[in-house]
Amino acid sequence: MPADVAVAAEALPGSHKPDAILVVSGMHRSFGGLVAVDVERLEVQRGAITALIGPNGAGKTTFFNLLTGFDRPDGGTSVFDGMPMTGLPPHRIARAGMVRTFQLTKALGKMSVLDNMKLAAGHQVGERLLAAPLRRTWLHQEREVEARAVELLEKFGLARLRDDYAATLSGGQRKLLEMARVLMAEPKMVLLDEPMAGVNPALVGSLLEHVRGLRDEGLTVLFVEHDMDVVMGISDWVVCMGEGAVIAEGPPGAVASDEAVIEAYLGTRHARGGDA
Amino acid sequence: MDIVMVVADAIRASIGPLGAAYALTAIGLNLHYGYTGLLNFGHVAFLMVGAYGTAITVEQGGPFWLGILVGVAAAILLGLLFGLPTLRLRVDYLAIVTIAGGEVLRTVIRSGGKDSLTHGVFGITRFATSFFDLNPFPDGEYGWGRLAFTERQLWVAVVAWMLVAIATLLLVLLVRSPWGRVLRAIREDEDAARSLGKNVFAFKLQSLVTGGVIAAFAGIIIAIERQSVNPDTYLPAGTFLAYTVLILGGTASRIGPVLGAVVYWFLFEFTDGFLRGAISAGWIPAGVLSETDVGPFRMMLVGLSLMLLMIFRPQGLLGKREEVLLDAR
Repeated sequence: MPADVAVAAEALPGSHKPDAILVVSGMHRSFGGLVAVDVERLEVQRGAITALIGPNGAGKTTFFNLLTGFDRPDGGTSVFDGMPMTGLPPHRIARAGMVRTFQLTKALGKMSVLDNMKLAAGHQVGERLLAAPLRRTWLHQEREVEARAVELLEKFGLARLRDDYAATLSGGQRKLLEMARVLMAEPKMVLLDEPMAGVNPALVGSLLEHVRGLRDEGLTVLFVEHDMDVVMGISDWVVCMGEGAVIAEGPPGAVASDEAVIEAYLGTRHARGGDA
Repeated sequence: MDIVMVVADAIRASIGPLGAAYALTAIGLNLHYGYTGLLNFGHVAFLMVGAYGTAITVEQGGPFWLGILVGVAAAILLGLLFGLPTLRLRVDYLAIVTIAGGEVLRTVIRSGGKDSLTHGVFGITRFATSFFDLNPFPDGEYGWGRLAFTERQLWVAVVAWMLVAIATLLLVLLVRSPWGRVLRAIREDEDAARSLGKNVFAFKLQSLVTGGVIAAFAGIIIAIERQSVNPDTYLPAGTFLAYTVLILGGTASRIGPVLGAVVYWFLFEFTDGFLRGAISAGWIPAGVLSETDVGPFRMMLVGLSLMLLMIFRPQGLLGKREEVLLDAR
């Protein structure tokens, strides 16, 4: 277990990172009169685990949707690994290497666990309509995909469930499956929307290990989480959103005692009282 | 009442050209609804453009094979027309557009005068002569006793069932492939497929067009069998008949649509013959049900049996019960 990655950056909203994989500027989204997201600048350090925290309604999930193409910003840009992503449809962003999970798991219940995994592999010849009926054209690749899927399932402790319908899995197992499935897509960066929500506490530890495992394999992780113990335990860097904007960012310890963060969570008076 | 005759008639309908044509129709719909989850409520329009494409081409002096190509091309075009504006939207929109689009198209075909390209309500007849010229079966009756086909019926039935076999095989190959895997993922959760880099829109469009082409062949078969096309053959009820056949056989099952079509036509023709026989034999008093009521009455029976099926056997004859039960979780 390598030590947490130190992010050599200033603990200021929108600060510059030495090696940013994702750069967001001026991203804005409003629903009617409500400004849901208004992020002036955010850089995400490559190879680190960055937590995105904030009170309910701070715009975290909307921000995720904007980054991954599931919603379109009213303005602003996001550049992923040097490629502009703004306005691209979700599947193009996923193929570029930025793959997300959802707050409510989207394990495909009527498909087997193994099929869930195989689905996620990229560049499959057999997914072309004209090649699909000709088994010869894709059988070799399919075997490679399957081998990779089984390997990942073993790593995530799901191998013996490979032929079960995904709908029969427990909540925690579904979260594991979703995380394993994301890896099948061979991403450079994963965005996890509340990976611990609804998970049996006994499984949280195992999920955390897997999130660390992602980083250890060189992936960048950005995740939304409410559980502060989880955030403090595994993140290298914490970004706090409030009312759509980035109000603070920095190493976990620094953010936890940041006045703006406490204020956002507990209200102004509490923050002042905390100072005393 | 001659029960043997009634049964023979029912079997003839179920294994004849119409049974095969409905099997094809349901196979196309199975790809749309069963495997991709597309709620296509204008399926009958694919049969219509296939039939009219063929009939118009031949009547305008084109060869028969060209007519079939035109029919298929028309189905591809219709699939794009239905799909391009709606497949980016939620499922319900496709249902609305297809049911309305099919009716608009039918009304346009119907509104032409006697001298128009479609001959309006008069339809086009006798365009399949060159198809029957190819008939390898000599004149005569083929079959056993009362269950017999003329050489013309046999020829259409053989070609139709060959098409059913090809379509079934094609569908089995398609849904087993990674392409089919993406369709099943889309059926369950489009956003999940999208988040994993699948171009959901393109897959749905391919499914709509492929299933539409299969249905166009069903339309061509029916048109050949009747040697006529007429706009009133393609009422929206035809689509719902196809859904009945599909659900009866088993949605998303491989040979469900074929079995569904055969069983459906057998029961449909059997009830018809049986009720008429029972009325003329005096078993059912004319005051309760007269011969003219049999047509509408058996449609009521179809509706009733579809309802009972959904309640007691939602997976149909061949569908997987576990898959249906997973929905309830």
